[in-house]
Amino acid sequence: MVETLLKPGHTACAGCGQAIGARLVVDTAGPNTIIANSTGCLEVFTTKYPESAWAVPWIHSLFENSAAVASGIESALKYLGKKDSINVIAQAGDGGTADIGLQAISGMLERGHDVLYVCYDNEAYMNTGIQRSGLTPTDTNTTTTPSGSASIGNPRPKKPMPEIANAHGIPYVATASVGYPQDIQKKVKKALSIKGPKYLQIHVPCPLGWRHESGKTFDVAKLAVETGLYPLFEYENGQLIPRKIAKIKPVEEYLGAQGRFRHLLKNPEAIKQVQAIADYNIKKYNLKTEA
Amino acid sequence: MKEFIEGSHAVAQIVKRCRPGVVSAYPITPQTHIVEDLAQMVADKELNAQFVNVESEHSAASVVLGSEATGVRSYTATSSQGLLLMAEVVFNIAGLRLPLVMTTANRAVSAPINIWNDQQDVMAVRDSGWVLLFAETNQEVVDIHLQAYRLAEDPRVMLPVMVNMDGFILTHGMEVVDMPSQEEVDKFLPPYKTTYKLDVDNPLTMGYLADPDYYLEIRYMVQETHQELLQIILEVAGAFKKFFKRESGGLIQGYRLEDAEQVFVAMGSVCGTIRDTIDELRDKGKKAGLLKIVSYRPFPKQAILAALAKAHEVAVVDKSISLGGFGPLYTDLTSALSSLGSQMPKMSGFVLGLGGRDITKKSILDVFEKLSGKQVDCEFIGLKQELLAEEKNG
Repeated sequence: MVETLLKPGHTACAGCGQAIGARLVVDTAGPNTIIANSTGCLEVFTTKYPESAWAVPWIHSLFENSAAVASGIESALKYLGKKDSINVIAQAGDGGTADIGLQAISGMLERGHDVLYVCYDNEAYMNTGIQRSGLTPTDTNTTTTPSGSASIGNPRPKKPMPEIANAHGIPYVATASVGYPQDIQKKVKKALSIKGPKYLQIHVPCPLGWRHESGKTFDVAKLAVETGLYPLFEYENGQLIPRKIAKIKPVEEYLGAQGRFRHLLKNPEAIKQVQAIADYNIKKYNLKTEA
Repeated sequence: MKEFIEGSHAVAQIVKRCRPGVVSAYPITPQTHIVEDLAQMVADKELNAQFVNVESEHSAASVVLGSEATGVRSYTATSSQGLLLMAEVVFNIAGLRLPLVMTTANRAVSAPINIWNDQQDVMAVRDSGWVLLFAETNQEVVDIHLQAYRLAEDPRVMLPVMVNMDGFILTHGMEVVDMPSQEEVDKFLPPYKTTYKLDVDNPLTMGYLADPDYYLEIRYMVQETHQELLQIILEVAGAFKKFFKRESGGLIQGYRLEDAEQVFVAMGSVCGTIRDTIDELRDKGKKAGLLKIVSYRPFPKQAILAALAKAHEVAVVDKSISLGGFGPLYTDLTSALSSLGSQMPKMSGFVLGLGGRDITKKSILDVFEKLSGKQVDCEFIGLKQELLAEEKNG
């Protein structure tokens, strides 16, 4: 078995995108890493007392404060003169990042702590039962934005978290997807080679919440990228570096693969709107390969 | 060395001598002078620490949670709304068994907004597992801060300690303080060393999920430590007395208590006013005394029982209230003394000084006079009846 720092035997669901993403992140970062983890699925399925799946020093405090706890760890390491040899990672889900944790993240980015913040984005509060978050996409059927005769699901678009992070003038911001594991490794490596605050947002399918077969995690993740609905890009010192899409696919392929969007399939107007979001992303992030 | 110094400056001086490696704070009146001083000390390289300016008290507490978890002595201070905002983290720090020391410059809570002193803020985190100590004077403020780090970091304890000092009355009050020197502090307080920390050479997991099979025992262990603290607090106060040749801290202190029949029970700076009033009452032949609570958590039940053995009437002076109930100190006292059964003294509860209303000797005399009357459990002293009538009549 390959040696990993997020040990097997944890209690994540089959096909959990977050478990794959988190393992890629910690294994790329290596053993000289301290992690501050927000409340959420990842915390719950890895650290049920008295067992822990983590082979690196790891702390969970609260839902909204992993960025601040990581700031404290980094400050302590600076005081001890050990910061140069140790990575500090703060990690949370999309709700812990874009909603309840946003203030603490903004503080951490603005203060310039040498911390990599990783958001595992499965686009809803999965730990509590698939409620809508600020990173839930338009028209998604969640338990708090159900579709019905007067609603087609979540009425608002995803909060542009990477843009918000980038607006702090930090040296590195990136999006990634578990559909592209080597891309995650590359971006984690690059982020950790840069001093200062870094923000990485990884798209992680949740078979339970997205309602797709657990064996389809990679396929669904890839479709999100290939349709332009989850644009992969980096901002290095504010400079956009897109990851181009070789062959752009229509959004129906992505939507049709998941129960959370099934209600849209008989609604051409809604599909058009979702396609418009993908088209906007493709243009904004320059995702099309040159003809 | 004795110096004439503002309470906040005195706190900053003693905290500096305790050598914290990380200080994080968010400004709130009346805590500001403390952290401003510490920021200046860092700026002047008088204090070798990371000073982290944060965007809220929630993050201030979270930053020092993170640095304590990394094994570095840390410090923060707050007040009122700030303490309420960090309440979630305050509970978490105790649950994680991190030996942080924090100053609370006690202040009223909103609404109405009010920046003046009472002790309502700390009551919001009373049940968090922190050791809650109350200082009467700025000498005690200094001495208790020094003792607080030694207590918190004792391997038998590993719990956070909050030093409560009345906002403005102590934080902005000038007093002569005998300030321990750096050499003395270094001798009394060894560097913080622990294996319970985030360390890449010995990776630990902190902050587990504990299900119903484990949670009860983990919480019980905090309660058990508080019981052991009753002895450890006395040990540390004893060591302090031996080293500095003055008495400070401990669990409780008495004033003219030996033969007292009417006893005031109180916490914090109001004890000074009560002492003066007792002297006047004694001059008139009244057998009045004071029982000062220094350690509110752990609550020193046995020490209180012994101290009040001869009391006929007890007047509990609360500077906070559990609205809809009673003064918190009154509830604790009656609970502790209930084991005396029919020997229990007559217990009366009074609420004074909310939102900075002056507590004068006259206020304390009013309390004393009420002791001989009908037993009361939540009597407000100093209410302006004409103002109440006005409010009621719109």
